[in-house]
Amino acid sequence: MRKRESPRDRAYGLAVAIVAASIPVFVFGILLFLIEYSLPAIKFNGLGFFTGTSWNLGDFNAVKFITKNGVEGLPGASFGILIFLAGTLASSTIALLIAIPTSIAVALFTVEDAPRRVREPLIALVDLLAGVPSVVYGLWGLVVLVPLMERTVAPDLASTLGFIPFFGGATGAGYGLLTSGLVLALMVTPIVSSTVRESFAKTPPDVKEAALALGCTKWEMERKVVLPYSKTTIAGASLLGLGRAFGETMAVLMVGGGAGAVAYLPSNVYSPISTMATVIVSLLDSAVTDPTKLALYSLAEVALVLFLITLSANMLARLFVHGGIAKALVSGGREN
Amino acid sequence: MNSEKGLGARKAKDWTMRGVALALTLVILIPLFDIIYVVAVNSAPALSLTILTKTTADGGLINAIAGSVFLVCFSSLLAILLGVFSGVYLAEFGGRFASVVRLLADVLTGVPSIVVGYFGFIVFVLDFGWGFSALAAALALTIIMLPYVTRTTEFALRKVPSDMKEGSFALGATRSTTVNRISLRYAAPGILTGVLIAVSISLGETAPLIYTADFSNYLPSGALTHSPVGYLTYVTWAYISEPFASAHQQAFVASLILMLLVLSIGLCARFMVARWWKS
Repeated sequence: MRKRESPRDRAYGLAVAIVAASIPVFVFGILLFLIEYSLPAIKFNGLGFFTGTSWNLGDFNAVKFITKNGVEGLPGASFGILIFLAGTLASSTIALLIAIPTSIAVALFTVEDAPRRVREPLIALVDLLAGVPSVVYGLWGLVVLVPLMERTVAPDLASTLGFIPFFGGATGAGYGLLTSGLVLALMVTPIVSSTVRESFAKTPPDVKEAALALGCTKWEMERKVVLPYSKTTIAGASLLGLGRAFGETMAVLMVGGGAGAVAYLPSNVYSPISTMATVIVSLLDSAVTDPTKLALYSLAEVALVLFLITLSANMLARLFVHGGIAKALVSGGREN
Repeated sequence: MNSEKGLGARKAKDWTMRGVALALTLVILIPLFDIIYVVAVNSAPALSLTILTKTTADGGLINAIAGSVFLVCFSSLLAILLGVFSGVYLAEFGGRFASVVRLLADVLTGVPSIVVGYFGFIVFVLDFGWGFSALAAALALTIIMLPYVTRTTEFALRKVPSDMKEGSFALGATRSTTVNRISLRYAAPGILTGVLIAVSISLGETAPLIYTADFSNYLPSGALTHSPVGYLTYVTWAYISEPFASAHQQAFVASLILMLLVLSIGLCARFMVARWWKS
């Protein structure tokens, strides 16, 4: 087909290539902007950025700015994100611990157990869950999950599982780590499940039948054929879900209980949390008022770290699953 | 295998696992129905024409509805223009640059929307001096929609049967004519599913808009810069923490409208997926 290249074709090819360059322009635009804009903060904060537990804009009444590593800041300014990093990692871990087994169960039920007539509507419903806006998850979490957590779930968990580390202690007001983890699990499950389901459906039927013919029960066949056949997809899909959970903002902002930004590391699963994503929303208003702009630069550093963490999760996922989230959402498990 | 265990025990385990799979499937669906139920019940008392005639300041939602529609249309237009032709490049032309673009499109789907929001705030709102505006907000949404439209267009174009393209070449058509007249036309329903999904994602976004569109109690002025825009997701987020019952109802009605739109777009897309992608 190469021989048909007329000048018009070449011009057309060049034009669409230029349009396609918009994607690299946006990605590198965002990345380079974040690096450049956070550079003063990286110099000022040093490694203390990751180990510090206080986010303090400093003394606004100060007459003179202080200088650290050549960067001006307000006296007393310190920017540490350990608390937010912990909130992000803890809530995402809880979400994945719940979402991975659930997604596998949902995918197994859909592919192996569901009657033919139920299968399509079931896939449609699980995919609809993926389309619910995150503020609506937040709203539901706020009016349903938070009161339920405060009144029954958290006190019950603390009294029965209190001997397990992080399950005992004050049960709080329903907002917090566990509530965030549950909402995130709900948001991540449809994405993980649709990717895994696609792979389950592709298990070679002859191997499955061979296992059954050898006398395996259905579960033994699933455990020894279907699951091992899809283990890389399960790993990849989980990483995709993890990337999603890391970056989720609104739902966690609404049920995490970190109005403003939480000032303490979570002491148990009922503790209020802020994540790196939520503090960008809650700290931006105050950051704008910093005359040295150091708070804005430091928020850019938060965004940069968040970008890099989600990027590594997604790139790892890409090693296992092709097409990523776009494909999972678009094909609804039907791509061939 | 498993000769050490009796058949009864193995069968019991099998039935247990069947039960667990069914139970977890139901557990994941209950919240979906409960979300719809809670949103519907709580917004029912507030459902009246006021929603469409008054602005958020007077108990209605018309400014938020109009703002959401405005922002989604604006960003969809940009995302379709950029995304469809990027998809054409990936599917029909390609080369080494295409694999870079493909990789970066996947990177872009993974960028947290709040990061796009922060970028939009500093660059579009402050540095470019556009202020809180439809342009800044729509560009932020475009960045989020673009990779979805691009990749679906690519997938859809790859499904165009090669004999259709070859037929076109045999009749003397050039590649550009073949793409525009044959491939894009054949792939249009597939591309549309991607656009619908991108629209539904952008409709539900909040994080990239808070600091680019801000919020406005007035109808969109039509000005592209220096004019904040209201939108539905903001109402849900901000009004539910107000101390007034009427504000809570507005938050629920905003969610109801969002859910109805997202569900119907989702069903449309699913119908088209079933009709087109399967064939």
